[in-house]
Amino acid sequence: MSTAIRAPLEPPRAARWALLALPLAFLAIAFLWPTAALLWRGFTGTTGEDVLGAARTWRAVGTTLSLAAGGTALSLALGLPAAWALFRVRWRGQAFVRALVGAPFALPTIVVATAFSALLRPAGILGFLNADQSVGAIVAALAFFNVSVVTRVVGGMWSGLDPSTLAAARTLGASPRRAFLHVTLPALRASIAAAAAIVFLFCASSFAIVLVLGGTRVSTVETEIWLQVNQFLDLRAASILAVLQVGIVGLALGASGWVRARRDRTLGGRTADGTRPARRRDLPGLVAALGPVAILLGLPMAGLIERSLRTRDGWGLEHYAALLAMPERAVLAVPMWRAALTSLETAAAAAAIAMAAGVSLAYAVARWRRARWAGSLAMLPLGVSSVIVGLGVLLTLRRTLPGGLDLGSSLVLIPAAQAVVAFPLVVRSLVPAIRGVPPGLRQSAATLGASPWATWRLVEWPLVRRPVAVALGFAFAVSLGEFGATSFLARPDRPTLPTAIFRLLSRPGIDNVGTAFAATVLLAAITGTIMVAAERLRGRTGTEI
Amino acid sequence: MSGLELTHVSVTYPGRPPVDAVRDVSLAVDPGDIVALVGPSGCGKSSLLAAIAGIVPCTGTVAWDGQDMTDVPVHLRGFGLVFQDGYLFPHRTVAGNVAFGLEMAGASRDERDARVTEVLEMVHLGAYGARHVDELSGGERQRVALARSLAPRPRLLLLDEPLSSLDAELRTRLAQDVRDVLTATGTTSVVVTHDRDEARVMASRLVEMRNGGVR
Repeated sequence: MSTAIRAPLEPPRAARWALLALPLAFLAIAFLWPTAALLWRGFTGTTGEDVLGAARTWRAVGTTLSLAAGGTALSLALGLPAAWALFRVRWRGQAFVRALVGAPFALPTIVVATAFSALLRPAGILGFLNADQSVGAIVAALAFFNVSVVTRVVGGMWSGLDPSTLAAARTLGASPRRAFLHVTLPALRASIAAAAAIVFLFCASSFAIVLVLGGTRVSTVETEIWLQVNQFLDLRAASILAVLQVGIVGLALGASGWVRARRDRTLGGRTADGTRPARRRDLPGLVAALGPVAILLGLPMAGLIERSLRTRDGWGLEHYAALLAMPERAVLAVPMWRAALTSLETAAAAAAIAMAAGVSLAYAVARWRRARWAGSLAMLPLGVSSVIVGLGVLLTLRRTLPGGLDLGSSLVLIPAAQAVVAFPLVVRSLVPAIRGVPPGLRQSAATLGASPWATWRLVEWPLVRRPVAVALGFAFAVSLGEFGATSFLARPDRPTLPTAIFRLLSRPGIDNVGTAFAATVLLAAITGTIMVAAERLRGRTGTEI
Repeated sequence: MSGLELTHVSVTYPGRPPVDAVRDVSLAVDPGDIVALVGPSGCGKSSLLAAIAGIVPCTGTVAWDGQDMTDVPVHLRGFGLVFQDGYLFPHRTVAGNVAFGLEMAGASRDERDARVTEVLEMVHLGAYGARHVDELSGGERQRVALARSLAPRPRLLLLDEPLSSLDAELRTRLAQDVRDVLTATGTTSVVVTHDRDEARVMASRLVEMRNGGVR
């Protein structure tokens, strides 16, 4: 009598651990160890009384929270009407406008920061507002980023609200206003709370925006960390601040998880098509809903392009030409094109690492019930801001290997940190895609004589190829625009495009900032192209990042 | 030739508590026979079929022509399986689906084309080769699934509720077609169904299952 204990649906035991080995080793070395060491350093060592007792520390904590609250409030105020205009009513060209509103979310933070800076600097289109280095500028930039999150999350819910409930309230004598307040709003409340929690999370860790737009006047915990490391060389204070930052983001994450769990409970299974064609008399409403968003999203980009074209004596492409030349007065060690090349190289390496680790982990998680914990572990970098990732890597991995390879002076650490940032996105988008291949397809192939390898090559790969390509595109774009972690790791003589932009931006002189603006347009164009290509590849039925 | 022989086959799904889906089933199917496993849903008939195919682990012995197949991986058993939902490969055409098993068997291009045409005609879908599978109706999909499984000439064909996803009228018609095709090709078959009438149309012998065992 023979006993067969095989579960062909799950990979064999050896294969499972082989799948997990690479991603776990990567996470441990490039993320868990550095981050744990950093936080440990913050918790222990000499007492942190001087840091925790300092007024500027608590001012930074307060600013972090109030900026996040302000960014969330403005995103909601602009996003909710836009959600109605973009999802509840239907009109021609709506899909295009939706894509436009969603586009900023795909832009690197440094691009958004630079665009607002271009707009608000004394010489900018809105320079007369005197809003450079103000809280208002930062809040507006945060909303620029996050309006699309609100419209997508709430709009998705709104478009599925059964219109007959609303009609019922109206027949019972409710005015449109009362019907909205008592029927629509309660139904949307859960999705609004979910959107608010996510936006708050993003706002609490939007380093580049505060660093560029806050200047010396506004500082959050993240920019305070940056300052301690780069100006005061006080790593101990930075570690203590890192603990505070992780605490803030952890709280926001916890709130977001709690809200999401509640939302899943309140969401019944019933969805209807709640959309209706727009009527002529909707026009004022549509304009009122989308006008402010158009201004918020359009002006900074227009301002950026305008400034990149404005030269000492009129208009021209001088700043773009300067991307190819060595900057004057040695503000940068290399020409911009070289920084762009460095960016492409590190992003390619980072995407390769993130994909190798991400694809194998996604397979393990999708196929093996007991590997779920590894899936949660992979999401951890999302809950720790990229500044912490970069600082942790800087503190722990900048060392010389036994073979004589000096990790600190090589470019290895940058792609490693960028890969940590991109990794959760890769895993999160691929797990559903891999799960989406029905086991029956693979079993059918097996009963038709296909070996496991042939099954993968001929049935599974053709079905996951597209999501894998999309994830690769996202990983590359995210790494290319990564600023938080990279700013701690890029050496002055080998900057990446985002760190070079930041460096030029903080130097005086119209030519320097002009070159920075041109480089920003270049960066936005590259990442935008990749994102659009990936988005088109993903098509309508795809995974959500 | 002694066909399929099951001896003390049991299937237990791990869990707390573990579920005994199939308990100690012994059953023989002679070559050329078409046996229907009938019983209410949850009686373990699909699990037994999956154990025979090798996609679910079992204890006991699954033998073909006296040769123990229990430890032989699915793809080397030479048993075909038609699922309730067809599971056609969405990225291949109808002909591409049907040719899959022949490709795996290493058939030449000419052999493949000839056999694809042959089995598609057998299931009355002669002109459908170039179609994309999502253009097919439910009945057509199941016919293609049947053709796909028959193409590599499996020594045993397993059919798991092949008609359940279809509407009643279509089912009666298709049941007769399945019977005709299986007898014409002389394919030894085990078909699982919860519908006795359907079983009588398709099979030459009925085996009742209850609570994981055969009676």
